[in-house]
Amino acid sequence: MDVQGFLSGRAFKLGLFVLCLFPLARLVALAASGGLGANPIEFITRSTGTWTLVGLLLTLAVTPLRRLTGWTSLARHRRMLGLFAFFYASLHFVTYIWLDQFFDLASVARDIVKRPFITLGFAAFILLIPLALTSTQAMMRRLGRRWQQLHRLVYGIAVLGVLHYLWLVKLDLSQPLIYGAVLALLLGARLPWVAGMLQGGNPRRAVGRSG
Amino acid sequence: MLIRLPSDIPASEITPPEIYRDRRRFMQGSIALLGGAALMPAGKSIAGAKLAGVRASAYRLDEEKTPYKDVTTYNNFYEFGTGKDDPAANAHTLRTRPWTVAVEGEVRKARTWDIDALMKLAPLEERVYRMRCVEGWSMVIPWVGFPLAELIRRAEPTGNAKFVEFLTLADPKQMPGVRSRVLDWPYTEGLRMDEAMHPLTLLAVGLYGEVLPNQNGAPIRLVVPWKYGFKSAKSIVKIRFVEKQPVTAWMAAAPSEYGFYSNVNPQVDHPRWSQARERRIGEFFKRDTLMFNGYGAQVAHLYRGMDLQKYF
Repeated sequence: MDVQGFLSGRAFKLGLFVLCLFPLARLVALAASGGLGANPIEFITRSTGTWTLVGLLLTLAVTPLRRLTGWTSLARHRRMLGLFAFFYASLHFVTYIWLDQFFDLASVARDIVKRPFITLGFAAFILLIPLALTSTQAMMRRLGRRWQQLHRLVYGIAVLGVLHYLWLVKLDLSQPLIYGAVLALLLGARLPWVAGMLQGGNPRRAVGRSG
Repeated sequence: MLIRLPSDIPASEITPPEIYRDRRRFMQGSIALLGGAALMPAGKSIAGAKLAGVRASAYRLDEEKTPYKDVTTYNNFYEFGTGKDDPAANAHTLRTRPWTVAVEGEVRKARTWDIDALMKLAPLEERVYRMRCVEGWSMVIPWVGFPLAELIRRAEPTGNAKFVEFLTLADPKQMPGVRSRVLDWPYTEGLRMDEAMHPLTLLAVGLYGEVLPNQNGAPIRLVVPWKYGFKSAKSIVKIRFVEKQPVTAWMAAAPSEYGFYSNVNPQVDHPRWSQARERRIGEFFKRDTLMFNGYGAQVAHLYRGMDLQKYF
């Protein structure tokens, strides 16, 4: 079976879907077995935040990977990856509002205004909402050219996400810097001459939507 | 006559120190196995062994103690890694014997204490203290130790001794975290003389009635319950009396975020997060952080007239 066929098949899509649910399944299993450690709320907050960033980076990896390999069918799955990033961002946000702050909205409002790392994280989450809402085929058609312009917001959102992480760690920046480096690589791959090089390297010379 | 010089002993006859130590460990292990409790002085240096002769003290709390498992698996000790589960995972490589603590500087009686002698300096007592981490979580821990003041009196500080500086072990061979340069090693902490002499200030050698586990700062650590946890230096090797205010490891790393005093204060936020509330480990709802971590009646007078926004 050829790669393109496999990548566009139902089995691959289902496998990817199940894989994307793994972080949530792991949290549920750990919670059920008392494996979340001494500070479970912190564990859940960290975990959902981490997987949001991973989801965003995977979404942003689709286009460079497609250019590099010529596997145009990869692009079919970009929406699902993006929606999973939004899903984990929502869990992250709900964990903060519910488990961490217990709906103390005054305290949340103060945090958003006063704490730069929370301001950035909150902004990133708010900006993700219109992208999730306009992710359907119908909305793509309706918005036309403007759809693509709107969805370029994801670059800024990913930058905000990494800064949010970078700004909250106490001292050891190594983890957020790794995410930052991967993001820089993925954004760099979108510079016209880099994109051209990536595309030139594959025999199919696939021409697809940029994004 | 033939005089054999030490150098005449072939190198192959000399036991390398690691093997020597292994052999000792093996012997100790064997003795312990042979019903060692009777043969060995009760739990001399083994983390988790029961400490003998610990007195109860007036320092206890009506708050539920944090379970032993949480106290020993969730904490910060950057010498073993920056994750809060790193110390428990990595601190088994720390060797707590032999161990000495040098007491020096502006004192009349400078002395290097062997840890076993130091542990007998004053009667050991149990003290249940709140512990508030600067990150916004807290615990209630039954420490075993004696007041730092006991050691200070014996050292006889001179009039020039205005501050006490604590230096802790920084051995990359035993402490994998020291290979990374997150902090400027060795970890350094400090107290003003009156803070160091305060009866609440404890030198701890145990918790929950047992020898201090490595990850909690064995064999000897500081506990200053009205200050954020990082002020309570772990695995201390040197106590130095000085005239000028020491620059602590955290002050050097981020001077705008960590001051010399670092008193628990719900009104003075960390520049990046609020200090008004805390999560007590094991509880779901956050609770209000108390001024001086609830020890205001005992320590507030030390800071009378000081602007605590400025001297954070």
